[in-house]
Amino acid sequence: MSALFKTPVSRRAVLRGGSALIVSFSLAPALLAQERLPGALQNTPQLDAWLRIAADGSITVFTGKCELGQGIKTALVQVAAEQLCVEPKAVNLVTADTAQTPAEGYTAGSLSMQDSGTAIMHACAQARGILLARGAERHVLPVSLLKAENGAIVAPDGKRIGYGELVADTTLKVRAQLQSPLIPPAEHKIVGQSLPRVDIPAKVMGQPAYVHDLRLPGMVHGRVVRPLGYGATLVLVDTSVVEKLPGVRKVVRDGNFLAVTADREFRAIKAMETLAAAARWDERDTLPDQANLYAWLKQQAGRTIPIRDEKSATSAPAVKQLEAEYLRPYQMHASIGPSCGVALYKDDLLTVWSHAQGMFPLRQAISQLLKLPPEKVRCIHMEGAGCYGHNGADDAAVDAAYLAFSDPGTPVRVQWMRHQEHQWEPYGSAMAMGVRGSLDASGRIVEWDYAVWTDTHSTRPGGAGSTLVGQHIATPFTPPPANPGAQPAGAGDRNIVPLYRVPNMRLLYHFRPHQTLRVSALRGLGAYANVFAIESFMDELAAAAGADPVEFRLRHMEEARAVAVIQRTAAAFGWQADARLPKGRGRGFAFSRYKNLGAYCAVAVELDVEHETGRVRLRRAVSACDSGQTVNPDGIRNQIEGGIIQAASWTLNEQVNFDKRRIASRDWSRYPILRFADMFDSIQVEVIDRPGAPFLGTGEASQGPTGAAIANAIAQATGKRLRELPLNPARVKAAIGV
Amino acid sequence: MTEFRLNGQSKRVESEPDTPLLYVLRDELQLNGAKYGCGLGQCGACTVLLDGKPVFSCVVPVSVIENREVSTIEGLGTAAQPGPLQRAFIEEQAAQCGYCIPGMMMRAQALLATTRDPTAEQIRRQLQPNLCRCGTQNRIVKAVQRAARYMKGGAA
Ligand code: FES
Ligand code: FES
Repeated sequence: MSALFKTPVSRRAVLRGGSALIVSFSLAPALLAQERLPGALQNTPQLDAWLRIAADGSITVFTGKCELGQGIKTALVQVAAEQLCVEPKAVNLVTADTAQTPAEGYTAGSLSMQDSGTAIMHACAQARGILLARGAERHVLPVSLLKAENGAIVAPDGKRIGYGELVADTTLKVRAQLQSPLIPPAEHKIVGQSLPRVDIPAKVMGQPAYVHDLRLPGMVHGRVVRPLGYGATLVLVDTSVVEKLPGVRKVVRDGNFLAVTADREFRAIKAMETLAAAARWDERDTLPDQANLYAWLKQQAGRTIPIRDEKSATSAPAVKQLEAEYLRPYQMHASIGPSCGVALYKDDLLTVWSHAQGMFPLRQAISQLLKLPPEKVRCIHMEGAGCYGHNGADDAAVDAAYLAFSDPGTPVRVQWMRHQEHQWEPYGSAMAMGVRGSLDASGRIVEWDYAVWTDTHSTRPGGAGSTLVGQHIATPFTPPPANPGAQPAGAGDRNIVPLYRVPNMRLLYHFRPHQTLRVSALRGLGAYANVFAIESFMDELAAAAGADPVEFRLRHMEEARAVAVIQRTAAAFGWQADARLPKGRGRGFAFSRYKNLGAYCAVAVELDVEHETGRVRLRRAVSACDSGQTVNPDGIRNQIEGGIIQAASWTLNEQVNFDKRRIASRDWSRYPILRFADMFDSIQVEVIDRPGAPFLGTGEASQGPTGAAIANAIAQATGKRLRELPLNPARVKAAIGV
Repeated sequence: MTEFRLNGQSKRVESEPDTPLLYVLRDELQLNGAKYGCGLGQCGACTVLLDGKPVFSCVVPVSVIENREVSTIEGLGTAAQPGPLQRAFIEEQAAQCGYCIPGMMMRAQALLATTRDPTAEQIRRQLQPNLCRCGTQNRIVKAVQRAARYMKGGAA
């Protein structure tokens, strides 16, 4: 892999062919060997599944991925426009819709550019090749004299034949080839530019932009009354009072699933409140003692998955050994907009509009739940508030689907209440990370022994059994067995493998699938906490070795692109070994390559710790990121900045609280996230472009390094190492003994 | 029946008097700008101006706005003629999912009405009631400063 990354553009096969250069895809040798088509073309090889050109020349590009606020629409439009030689505004993009687009699973794991972006790039390049060949026939000229320009094939005398005239219905109904006539990176005009996001204008004008804004004729509003806790069952409910309330259309009860629909949204909310007051629940103790969470977690049944066991006979003897344990509580996605879904069951077809991350798996879950054939369910993605993983979106869509199915012909919109989102979204799993490391006399790490204990980090795709409706109805569906995930991407063990060179390394993944709290994928899965632990411990080892933390990392790093982001971050930050800082100020540094497969990212932070209060004041963050070929530099900066701020909030503030029966963190006062007053004064992001290299997703690159960089900076500021997240004022105060 | 002014035009609405203004705007009047985030006055997603002052529309019953002036993001400009704040947020690309942004813009609008040249610190203090989960805060501050320059007649 790394040798490939180092291959300079000039050494790649560059052939002249037509007016466009034909560059073999940089992974082509490997791909050819396995006959794999690039990106998601492998699963959906027909070109016309990815793009269509109408007789009037209009271009529609299809992706199975969704816009989640990460800017994917804009980046995909750029990739398509570049290869088709048209203006970005000429590209109409259709995102995930089970009736129209390729099935691309979930928009998750920072894979959209790798999967969909790569497929669209190649499909569009191949389409241009076909258009050039057809243009040659029509112009009666060799392809080498023609060029593709602004939606037409142009002859040397300026005569143009539009794409629309060159395509018949069957032109793009062909299987993709292994090689594509890609425009060489040096000639890119659109890719690599900070094209403004295509979705932002509507959002700042108050135009409809979200599924929350979808209003269908005759639509009613649904609200669900959820159980008081995970283990509560509905004993009895008198629905008659609610049924008489103004505007109420229907009260639905099926086992522990209780819901109401009404003509107006606020009437539905009032009816929901009345219904909730009328419901009697039998509650049970099902949750662990939070004060004892991590010991309890380790005692749960499960299995241990060895990830690595490497021993070197020749390594130098250890002279110093360190050991530490790091902890991460349950944490929330905590989307600003509670989840929403709209559904309509009409003429035997159930249509669902949702901001969930996977329309095809959602369709599968709904068809299973309602016992409808999949072709009778259509799921269409519309934007929601940022989700950061598997939040309540899927469940809200299923709520709407269930209610619409029981009221044929009437569109139903369900939006969750704030307390429902906080209480019922699947959280990011709690984790305990134990690590032991040894140094030799020269200050190099010779031993690294690491273990993580955690529940599953994804309940997807779980079908009906993983949805709240599926679990709460009288005849419930069983969730599939918890999945530990698999290396190299990993789940709870994501990023468990440090990229540093260490001769003796033992890594264990203690999978503890108790599923006592509802959990699933939260941005980065296990990567955030594993990187928090690894990169905190790197600083602890550096201190024991008497080394500067940046130099200590470079000492153990051989991968050139990792070295480059570390050096670039340190330089942009102005990192100095032994910098003299005012009292209470600290600087911290951390690095990771997301999943050890995605973007490389390093983060340096500077902060002050207020001695009296234990409050951390974030001053500045600097980050360099290498996401492979850069499509939209500002898009990358926006994602890295956002990741840094979100991770700062996780790190300093966030933990889900609960008692034996209920989730206590039911609103923003009981699950506070960072506000403006807590923000970094400045964030600077350096984007390292790798023209021609594969796309690497960016959305989950900065969280792990940010958490560790903050912990490292607090350690420098206070002289105390904090290892249990969140690093909140109470813990900081306790550590410094105020 | 409640009468009030919305972005300079008179409106008459029939939602029950206890209905929060947010639902009058979103449900009865079918506007999209103000968003439901919490319904508790904790997040600011629903922020609009009432007689020029920022309020959480999720906790203001429609009964109290009789004859008063409500301003929402829809009144700041149009796609053809975006207002200074709208231009500035686009220029700074100050949004990720964008769900929190209309609330941010309305609260910023109230600040800019009284403060021609706000410091970053003043903007942060003003926006303290509003949450953004995507982590767009630093860009939002820059966008508000840019809007202040636009309002003073500066080009950039
Ligand atoms: S929705 Fe009004 S403050 Fe949150
Ligand atoms: S941009 Fe998504 S919540 Fe602020």
